[in-house]
Amino acid sequence: MARIESEVGTRGSAIMKWIDDRFPFTETMKYHITEYYASKNFNWWYIFGVLAMVVLVMQLVTGIFLTMNYKPSAVEAFASVEYIMRDVEWGWLIRYMHSTGASFFFIIVYLHMFRAMLYGSYQKPRELIWLIGMLIFFVLMAEGFAGYLLPWGQMSYWGAQVIISLFGAIPFVGEALVEWIRGDYAISDITLNRFFAFHVILLPLILVALVFLHIVALHHVGSNNPDGVDIKKNKGPDGIPLDGIAFHPYHTTKDLVGIVFFLMIFSGVVFFAPDMGGYFLEHANFEPANMMATPEHIAPVWYYTPYYAILRAVPDKFWGFVLFALSVVLPVFLPWLDRSRVKSIRYRGWIYKMALSVFVVSFVTLGWLGLQPAEGTYVMLARIFSVLYFAFFLLMPYYTTIDKTKPVPDRVVYHG
Amino acid sequence: MVKSIRLATAFGALLLTCGVYAATSVELEPAGNDPDNINSLQRGARNFMNYCAGCHSAKYVRFNTLGRDLELSEDQLIENLMFNAEKTFETIQATMPLDQAARWFGQPPPDMSLMARARGTDYVYNFLKGFYLDPESPTGVDNRVLEGTSMPHVLWELQGFQTAVFTTDESGASHFEHFEQATTGSMSTEEFDEFARDTANFLEYISEPVRSTRRVLGTWVMIYLLFFLVIAIMLKKQVWKDVT
Repeated sequence: MARIESEVGTRGSAIMKWIDDRFPFTETMKYHITEYYASKNFNWWYIFGVLAMVVLVMQLVTGIFLTMNYKPSAVEAFASVEYIMRDVEWGWLIRYMHSTGASFFFIIVYLHMFRAMLYGSYQKPRELIWLIGMLIFFVLMAEGFAGYLLPWGQMSYWGAQVIISLFGAIPFVGEALVEWIRGDYAISDITLNRFFAFHVILLPLILVALVFLHIVALHHVGSNNPDGVDIKKNKGPDGIPLDGIAFHPYHTTKDLVGIVFFLMIFSGVVFFAPDMGGYFLEHANFEPANMMATPEHIAPVWYYTPYYAILRAVPDKFWGFVLFALSVVLPVFLPWLDRSRVKSIRYRGWIYKMALSVFVVSFVTLGWLGLQPAEGTYVMLARIFSVLYFAFFLLMPYYTTIDKTKPVPDRVVYHG
Repeated sequence: MVKSIRLATAFGALLLTCGVYAATSVELEPAGNDPDNINSLQRGARNFMNYCAGCHSAKYVRFNTLGRDLELSEDQLIENLMFNAEKTFETIQATMPLDQAARWFGQPPPDMSLMARARGTDYVYNFLKGFYLDPESPTGVDNRVLEGTSMPHVLWELQGFQTAVFTTDESGASHFEHFEQATTGSMSTEEFDEFARDTANFLEYISEPVRSTRRVLGTWVMIYLLFFLVIAIMLKKQVWKDVT
């Protein structure tokens, strides 16, 4: 027995050597997985990166299967989705996983971004990770938007109609730009076909490439931690950070717990509430697109509504568009807006804590307001919270400078 | 010329219906249906095929799916439900030709496959019960939940005709108060409620036939994941023993 095992072992290592001479396999595995050291005091806020990867893979796989039966045509699209839901073996499960996955992708990415804001993960030396991450977020928004047109329901059609026509607010080129995006004078079969191309080829390709770069950049500088301490400053005699533990097997086994727990929540939605009360699958989208009938109330899917509320809060079409675009883009500048000397919220003063709370309340409230009709008190509230949203970013250089910070320890805080 | 006038009229009628189409902000009485009640779904299927499917298709719904989910044999399907279909794999098509229907009603009667999912089961239930006499309407009736509907009161033999009592508030807007029975049908009010409930229940079922399958499967998935979670936690604890 022992001899056979050792023979297999030598043969195995011979194959590995053959590969490693030609491709840095072992080296890459060590660099990114078995000898990538990240802080041992990660809390559950650090699960959302890996969950985003899980959902990305799930969206890619379920998306491929959906493409096998979906028909990107204005005449057939709606019926082909119902065909998937009713006649394709397990089609309903794949479709619900994909539609639920879209919403969860945004929930996870928003929480992932919030984690970065809690612990200053965007600060030096991780500015590029943040920038690449923001690009991922923009591509994800485009991906979600293109994908939402595909079922060709009433909300697909009219939601796209509203959002695309926003570009018409740009002076001089606006109208031409809108026509160029649609490829037609109205949203039509042509629009559907190109959105299909964007959704299944162009954007996923960019998304996967950006995610790769995001991780390369992260592993180059190392992960931040809830204390915002640089663990590479305290290394043992073996050159390993004293507070760092290998990604595998330590963080992988911990992440597995998080992944399974996430899958339970995810399955709860997929199997027991796939519509999520009309938030994940809007009721009106079960009516086929009808360019003759405008729905009384057009609301984008929940994950765009904070920005949509800002858009509608401004009485002028052009300036509404400007502020809408600005609200999406502003987080890009966080690494330079934040002048604090400490990263983690644990060692920041009360001013930042309050500002961040105001930001969270504003963002969530704007999200809710974006789903309500734009009238009366709703508009007034949207204006107030829009101002607070922008104030969080624009006043940041000031309030992070005067905020009284606490001393940051040399080592991370960990209670085994 | 005549053709273009007819087209314009049809288009106008279409726009007119669309305008009110979206106005669903009326108070709805809960249907109180139970989508797990097979008997109710069977009765609903019977109601639908006898009273609705003449004009309304349910073009994504196959008879053999109904047979499987409503526990009906092939013979029972053919005997009781498949009036205009030959094979059990066929879908529910309206008997009335759609292009003609569009001319008669201004627009063809909508497909019913997803009606309950798009508008809600309560909406369907209230719509079925909501017809009232209106001398100004071409069909002689209007509907409380879909004002200006071009659908006639096809269930009049069962329900009879009712009139609606409206009150006008200070601002001049009229509000629906209640219905008053004008003529009696073959069913009592309770029987007709039950009829509407079963039918709405059936529409809810056909809007998502996989509903009960996914819930059963979901329970097993959750049990599996719970076991997996326990094992994952144990694995994590084992591996992390030496982290201090």
